[in-house]
Amino acid sequence: MWAPLSDYTFQIVAAGTMLLGLATGVTGTFAVLRKESLIGDGLSHASFPGVVLAFMLLAVKDLEILLAGAAAASLLCMALIAATVRYTKVKFDAALATFLAAFFGTGMMLMTYVQHTDNPNQAGLSKFIFGQAATMLARDVEITAAVAALILLLAIVFWKELKLVAFDADFARSLQLPVKLTQAVYGLMLVASIIIGLQSVGAILMSSLLIAPAVAARQWTDNLGTMAVLAGLIGAVSCGVGTYASAVVSGLPTGPAIVVAASLVVVASLLFAPGRGMIARAHVRREARRRWKEGDIDVGAN
Amino acid sequence: MSAQTEIIIIAMLAAVACALPGVFLVLRKMSMAADAITHTVFLGIVIAFFATENLNSPWLLAGATLMGCFTVWCTETLQRTRLVSEDASIGIVFPLLFSVGLILVNLYGSNVHLDTDSVLLGELAFAPFDRVRIDGADRGAVSMWVLTGICLFNTLVIVAAFKEWKLATFDTLLAAMYGFSPIWMHYLLMTLVSVTVVASFQAVGAILVIGLMIGPAATAYLLTKDLRKMLVLAALIGALSAWIGTEFAFWVDVSIAGAIAGTIGLVFMLTVVLTPRSGIIARYRRLKRLRLQYGEETVLFHLLTHEGTAVQAQEAGVGTLYEHLRWRPEFADLICRRLEAGEFIHIHGGTVHLTERGRERAYRVSETLFAEQ
Repeated sequence: MWAPLSDYTFQIVAAGTMLLGLATGVTGTFAVLRKESLIGDGLSHASFPGVVLAFMLLAVKDLEILLAGAAAASLLCMALIAATVRYTKVKFDAALATFLAAFFGTGMMLMTYVQHTDNPNQAGLSKFIFGQAATMLARDVEITAAVAALILLLAIVFWKELKLVAFDADFARSLQLPVKLTQAVYGLMLVASIIIGLQSVGAILMSSLLIAPAVAARQWTDNLGTMAVLAGLIGAVSCGVGTYASAVVSGLPTGPAIVVAASLVVVASLLFAPGRGMIARAHVRREARRRWKEGDIDVGAN
Repeated sequence: MSAQTEIIIIAMLAAVACALPGVFLVLRKMSMAADAITHTVFLGIVIAFFATENLNSPWLLAGATLMGCFTVWCTETLQRTRLVSEDASIGIVFPLLFSVGLILVNLYGSNVHLDTDSVLLGELAFAPFDRVRIDGADRGAVSMWVLTGICLFNTLVIVAAFKEWKLATFDTLLAAMYGFSPIWMHYLLMTLVSVTVVASFQAVGAILVIGLMIGPAATAYLLTKDLRKMLVLAALIGALSAWIGTEFAFWVDVSIAGAIAGTIGLVFMLTVVLTPRSGIIARYRRLKRLRLQYGEETVLFHLLTHEGTAVQAQEAGVGTLYEHLRWRPEFADLICRRLEAGEFIHIHGGTVHLTERGRERAYRVSETLFAEQ
């Protein structure tokens, strides 16, 4: 049962996904609090044309270049969504869905175009849609580690600004904090998390990695700092457990296993968290009902 | 009928079928629920397949539709705990259900032609869009009939429940007061969305279904404030985009679904930029005009206030005016030049003076400003 732990491939993949979980957990904390959690889904789909276009223009399949293409397309999509929401009456959800489909469709178009050119080098581009954690190499882990470190660094350096802008952007503006710069930093963190997630869990499951750890962490604390640390830990642990499960059970794909692991943490947190959790709240209600029946009520207090 | 014509017709039918429920999704701010449903119907198909062991069984459609409704129910249950916000609950439920589907296929369905690529990119069950894989005109015809049926079904339901839905969409409380159960209206819409998703994504793929549902509806939302017109416009925009996209895809030989999704996005962006009155260009021009008008009126009012006072030379000096208004000198210059050209002011002895015309306008401004008092 513990055999996979000493396996080199497993160690590589686990290290990569756990770093990813750590970074997405921290980034997701802000996305969830800003009620923009689905943006991860949109941006990860939107990165697809960037990947293919980078490949078409430069005719290389270096991971860095493809990821740079992915990042550029995601940032463009994010800017378009923000502009649409700001300048028209179309709401965030509709703008997100429209651009998600448009970008992904463009990616498909470019992809089929590349395929028809009979370039033998193009095989494997589509793995970006679903991700293949199992094929991670040491180099991929290095890139993931570097990007994750960048994300954490940004979060620490811009902590105060990110916090205030997430909760009250108008107040931040009135304090002369650089709101636009902070939004850009937040966007950069999001896009960076997404591009390192693409190659391991893929576009579709990416949104879960951003959301689930943050939602789970939210149940245990009311403090943003604690929440971010907790979300990072939950993300890392979920990724570790998912990777381990897929190493032990043959045929179990890594990405989905990670998502299931993270979702289980969410369910457990919703049920068992002290104070906010459903069991704790049911207990409070039962207590209140008992006291009511016994006539021991104190309407004024709390 | 040639294969190409058939494909165009299928694409247009799918566009109309999707656009109709899409309008209500956009108005209810539930666009991403469609995204969730397009992904989770995959699990429904997988489960129904394991139960029936037949890829052509109608139970697959039933299972997928049920799964769509189940997704919405899960999302709302999660939301009702008030521990998770709406968007986050969607983002937790659909990747989980999709993952379960992926795991089931990987563990138990390795010999089945149910790969995830075809679900997303739209080649499931030999969709007639794949021109190479068409074996006889029959398959295309099946898809065409199914989508025609869905179009008619959606139109019928919307016509039959129009006023109830309209009310439930715009004022849920009032609808409940009149005795139309908003819950039922809601799940009826979700069923409609699920059925439409299932019927169309076999032909066009999950991602394009989202595009077809939300894109045309969002475009129509920019163009009209009337629900009926919005429905008709969304259907027209969808059908037109589908036609243009398909023709383009034939021309350069690329993915048809991708080309249609791209066209819809392009149409949406053009609408955002070019719409009269609310488009970005129109807004920019209006803002520019307002800025100039505001500048002119501020200068006139400023001159009127200080007219005949001891500080007039200072406050209305050619070189000092901008400082008193706290403007950039170029902006003050621009405004003064415009005012001079309109004969509202004249410059005389290094000081800016109001003309008779300018004084009249300044009084008008002050009257509108202080009319309330």
